[in-house]
Amino acid sequence: MGTQTRQTLKGWLLASPLVVILSIFLVLPVIAIVVVSFWGSTAYSYYPDFQFENYTFLLTSSVTLSVYLKTFMFTAITWLLCFLIGFTVAYFLAFHIRSLPVQILLFMICTVPFWTSNIIRMISWIPFLGRNGIANNTLLSMGLIDQPLEWLLFSEFAVILAFVHLFTLFMIVPVFNSMMRIDRSLIEAARDAGASGWQILTNVILPLTKPGIMIGSIFVVTLVMGDFITVRFMSGGQSASVGRVISNEIGLLQYPAASASAVVLLITVLLMISIMLKFVDIRKEL
Amino acid sequence: MNKNPDQLGQTGRQRRQMLKGAAAATVAAGTITGAPMIWAQNIKDVTLRQFGTGVSNLNDVANKVKEDLGFNLEMTALDSDSVAQRAATQPKSFDIADIEYWICKKVWPAGNLQPMDTSRIDNYDKIVGIFRNGKLNPDSVIAQGTAPHSVGFVEGPDGKEFVDNESGWMTLIPTIYNADTLGIRPDLIGRPIESWTELLNPEFKGKASILDISSIGIMDAAMVCEAMGEISYGDKGNMTREEIDKTMAIFTEAKKNGQFRAFWKSFDESVNLMASGEVVIQSMWSPAITAVRSKGIPCVYQPLKEGYRSWGGGLGLSRNLSGLELDAAYEYINWYLSGWVGGYLMRQGYYSAVPETSKNFMTEDEWGFWFEGKEAQGDIVNPQGVVLEKAGAVRDGGSFEDRMGRVACWNAVMDENQYMVRKWNEFIAA
Repeated sequence: MGTQTRQTLKGWLLASPLVVILSIFLVLPVIAIVVVSFWGSTAYSYYPDFQFENYTFLLTSSVTLSVYLKTFMFTAITWLLCFLIGFTVAYFLAFHIRSLPVQILLFMICTVPFWTSNIIRMISWIPFLGRNGIANNTLLSMGLIDQPLEWLLFSEFAVILAFVHLFTLFMIVPVFNSMMRIDRSLIEAARDAGASGWQILTNVILPLTKPGIMIGSIFVVTLVMGDFITVRFMSGGQSASVGRVISNEIGLLQYPAASASAVVLLITVLLMISIMLKFVDIRKEL
Repeated sequence: MNKNPDQLGQTGRQRRQMLKGAAAATVAAGTITGAPMIWAQNIKDVTLRQFGTGVSNLNDVANKVKEDLGFNLEMTALDSDSVAQRAATQPKSFDIADIEYWICKKVWPAGNLQPMDTSRIDNYDKIVGIFRNGKLNPDSVIAQGTAPHSVGFVEGPDGKEFVDNESGWMTLIPTIYNADTLGIRPDLIGRPIESWTELLNPEFKGKASILDISSIGIMDAAMVCEAMGEISYGDKGNMTREEIDKTMAIFTEAKKNGQFRAFWKSFDESVNLMASGEVVIQSMWSPAITAVRSKGIPCVYQPLKEGYRSWGGGLGLSRNLSGLELDAAYEYINWYLSGWVGGYLMRQGYYSAVPETSKNFMTEDEWGFWFEGKEAQGDIVNPQGVVLEKAGAVRDGGSFEDRMGRVACWNAVMDENQYMVRKWNEFIAA
């Protein structure tokens, strides 16, 4: 009994630093946002209150729906592309590169772009894709087009391109990690049992990489859902996302409205993640 | 102690001027008169905290204040939304608010600012008419929007309501103002541009831009809609819901038709859009034009027949200022209007509230170029020494009178502000 109490106490003590940090830096701010989301506001000030005005406006505005649909579209396309590219790259690294040093070297190369800030990586697309940018000039001089392609920059294409560029690594890393943990004898066994390469991929590797895919997906989905700066820059300010709506509201000092938007976004993202987790028990698989 | 301790011994500026350069004599005078000496010692400990937008919150000004007046000026630069919020809600956080007139209209009723006694402002009589009776010249027509004089005076030291005459109690001392219009790339357009309607001309499909700052963007939009003859506004600076709806409908349609290449929010974005040729016609601010031109790319701040959209800012005093700090603040404001800052700002293309004092701090050529609209005789350089224009250049829009005399509308805050912001956001999301 005494030992057990001591064990329990020890457990609590070990957990307490994390509890304290998470309470102060995560739980408290979220509570504050929820509280403020019920406050009232005028053009230049806001006051404590308990009203549903912010939510009523948010949930009945046609802008909210169109902005969420647009954000979901960005998320879905970005996720799909990140998954396809991320999985392929990770598969190549894990199964086609035989020597560990080369694997590490190539993996490091994947991370090179991350040595600069993501804003810089994003903005560097602008001169590349612009009307007089490298891409258009190259295509023009190759004679493939006779007018610069306008949709390359300041378009939804540009937004998704930047997202994929920024976030694919978040898919590569966990997928690669999962793949490296796959017992190679399972693949040999599958091959001995007469499985084709495609069958090995779909019946052995894919199921065993699911936790990695899911962790990568959570990264990609949460990053895209919460983004505002990429959408603003790459669409030339012409496209809206949920994050941009919040950032505009903050700019206009409508903190209660921004909080309400943030709460709705938080709930949406949590729902999405909980649905994703239904497919894979990450804790069991790790 | 080689700094004249008595320089600030008296409030009279004549006296200070008289003693300028006569350090030894001044020290002696200070020692003898005694009392001002103490005052002068104290004022060195005074720190005035000023905040405002980046346009006029310049460290060079703070350094010059230290040099000329002896006390400290702490500058905080914020974006205009934060400026308005701070002026309205955090009176203890500042001594001097450097705000725009439309912000003044919004925050004055909060009671955090105190009006200034114009009898203590040495150059009050020389402040341009725009800020006093609203008229640049006796026959000028007052433009729409929040015209500075309309929120420039209150009835007394505790006045909350604006009055329509020069009551002797001024809310803001004007510091900086300008007339805004569309910027164009003449090399890529290749024909004269004369009207605001050109912003929505299908000829520039996918090559136009407007700024995504609702309170200013809606004004530019209104200038366009009015010029097109689509809408006639009662007051572009204070639209009705119906006028807002109609304006946004026209712009939403243009957006859906692909008229706009991008919307910009920051100064740098507008420069990049124009310099890269992504955009050939857009809302722009004067220094952004200069920035594009200094890259060697042709860019014109195009005067348009419907006139300019104008803006102005000024210094307001915190209600909490009193005693020595208040005296120092008046001293600072008198110094501000005495010419050095004016010259500094005018050499960047802005206008100062008392042009004739600024003239003393500009060369004849600079004055001719920036103020009189004359051809530059030599290189025109900005205060940092960067060459902005070569000899032979003429300022777009011409002289002060030509530009400020053709203001169609002042930046404003509308009664339907929140409705407008909502509609603007729908336009951006459309």
